[in-house]
Amino acid sequence: MSILIDKNTRVMTQGITGKTGAFHTRLCRDYANGKSCFVAGVNPSKAGENFEGIPIFGSVQDAKQQTGATVSVIYVPPPYAAAAIDEAVDAGLDLVICITEGIPVRDMIATRYRMQGKKTLLVGPNCPGVITPDEIKIGIMPGHIHKKGRIGVVSRSGTLTYEAVGQLIEQGLGQSTAVGIGGDPVNGLKHLDVMRMFNDDPDTDAVIMVGEIGGEDEENCARWIKWNMKKPVVGFIAGVTAPPGKRMGHAGAIISGGKGTAAEKLAVMEECGIRVTRNPADMGRLLKSVL
Amino acid sequence: MNVHEYQGKEILRRFGVATPRGVPCFSVADADAAARELGGKVWVVKAQIHAGGRGKGGGVKVAKSLAEVHQYAAGILGMTLVTHQTGPEGRVVHRLLVEEGADIRKELYVGMVVDRGTQRVTLIASSEGGMEIEEVAAHAPQKIHRAAIDPGAGLTDSQAEDVARKIGVPEASVPQARLFMQGLYRAFYECDASLAEINPLILTGDGKVLALDAKLNFDDNALFRHPDIVAMRDLDEEDPAEVEASKFDLSYISLSGNIGCLVNGAGLAMATMDVIKLFGAEPANFLDVGGGATTQKVTEAFKLMLKNPKVKGILVNIFGGIMRGDTIAEGVIAAAHEVKLAVPLVVRMKGTNEELGRKMLKESGLPIISADNMADAAQKIVAAVKGK
Repeated sequence: MSILIDKNTRVMTQGITGKTGAFHTRLCRDYANGKSCFVAGVNPSKAGENFEGIPIFGSVQDAKQQTGATVSVIYVPPPYAAAAIDEAVDAGLDLVICITEGIPVRDMIATRYRMQGKKTLLVGPNCPGVITPDEIKIGIMPGHIHKKGRIGVVSRSGTLTYEAVGQLIEQGLGQSTAVGIGGDPVNGLKHLDVMRMFNDDPDTDAVIMVGEIGGEDEENCARWIKWNMKKPVVGFIAGVTAPPGKRMGHAGAIISGGKGTAAEKLAVMEECGIRVTRNPADMGRLLKSVL
Repeated sequence: MNVHEYQGKEILRRFGVATPRGVPCFSVADADAAARELGGKVWVVKAQIHAGGRGKGGGVKVAKSLAEVHQYAAGILGMTLVTHQTGPEGRVVHRLLVEEGADIRKELYVGMVVDRGTQRVTLIASSEGGMEIEEVAAHAPQKIHRAAIDPGAGLTDSQAEDVARKIGVPEASVPQARLFMQGLYRAFYECDASLAEINPLILTGDGKVLALDAKLNFDDNALFRHPDIVAMRDLDEEDPAEVEASKFDLSYISLSGNIGCLVNGAGLAMATMDVIKLFGAEPANFLDVGGGATTQKVTEAFKLMLKNPKVKGILVNIFGGIMRGDTIAEGVIAAAHEVKLAVPLVVRMKGTNEELGRKMLKESGLPIISADNMADAAQKIVAAVKGK
């Protein structure tokens, strides 16, 4: 088992004909069961055409009805990406994974407001996606660095997720699912939401939680872990050296009003019984030590 | 993106937010003319830089005559203003705002931010105007009042009036305070602001509610919708290295250490800075080259880092993933040649063909030190810089 996605997931790509969408849909299709998983593309002006054999539909609703896909991945450019999420939510999909980086915060506030009370889950935006190794990858992460196993990975950062996965592999540990929740301030699933899923997943034994400066997601997750988590969790927070008031690449990675520092997050995590490291090269070894 | 106080006030007035009358000035003659045009007996001469604490630093003066306006304008224009937000090097003042003096009865605080927890814009208000809100939060948190704004309904009458009363606006001025806050929210929303601070918001002797100061930040990702705000950008207020970086789609931030770092991905870039510090040195910059680290981008990144005279060594940390190790090596070698690299360089890379990449670095004849992992890379560059 795994969380969020597995080999039976059926996926449509919104923005399949753009450069990024085409490139990554190809890589996802070629990974593990990708050929049976990636069943549709969406582009309102190219309905009836196909992308290398994957049929293109004019709307998410059509793609869902014709193929049974219940998950979408979005590569639509930033000015239109929030509307693409809205369309997927309105069509009643189970899960939307939005890779697009650079969506205006105001658009995401409106989109998250519309999502209240709807069943659709959102991962991202501005994230690498989700992978259940040797079954399915949805997103832009390099598939070949992963291996099937029993460790969950959740992270706000793309390459730092790959780094954590790489270190697990060096320790001989595979992953159940790796989830990149994205670096934007207003997004879908938080660390806490993903942590609950890993807690309930019988095939996940332990979790690496990778955070960064800004916001209070990691603290909220840590407080939940203290009372609820049945499995060991180890953590790392990037940005101990980040100066306040400067946006460190990600829109969400900013220390503002004295809140969201790495030191504060690490302290709360330790208080809540999470083993943390200040050395980003040490995540894999630390995880192995708690098994 | 940030704008000056006078620009922020211009934007706010469009949304019905009241401010004192004022004129932006670029010379002492401008200031003289502005004061005459404004009339009255008291003027305020305010340095315009993108940093707070200007008053304490001597950048805000109250003038009681036209001669004083002249004198203060001459003193402030061209001065290097040092505040707690400028860093010790300070900021040269190129612009002024000359405003009519206001009869201040009460100073309050009103701000707006995007709250990540509620995923809504939140109004923050306090009776302690003129103080930094962080300070109030630390010492008198009960004096801070918040209201989460429903994206559908906007800032409602009852929310705004409730907050106004809580921060001590007298009953007669409550309707004005409500209109003020609602105008501020409309400006925030329609202009895609990421932060708004009116500190202080003042009540005048005749019961008016005015923004005495205004700080607005905007969401960079939404600037494509606001050419009028982009036109307000003042490059004098930005770090030249950061401006240069943005031309090449590099995300760069200057820091105070001596080890330059070149990394792909924001999280990994922060982690790389952290690991340098962990092994006893300080990073000279944050630099995220993004997903497609092409030879050209890597070369520009090297040039940028080496413009900083403090840089005594460079650490490259690339988790290639989909990008191939040999492509990265090619980029690093070409860049090192082009900039005639004279400082130690440690390269750590992961990804497809990483062995081939390492071999290329080794055979390039350049003094490049290879590293296996981030900790190894950090230890090697710290040792090289310290001459060990």
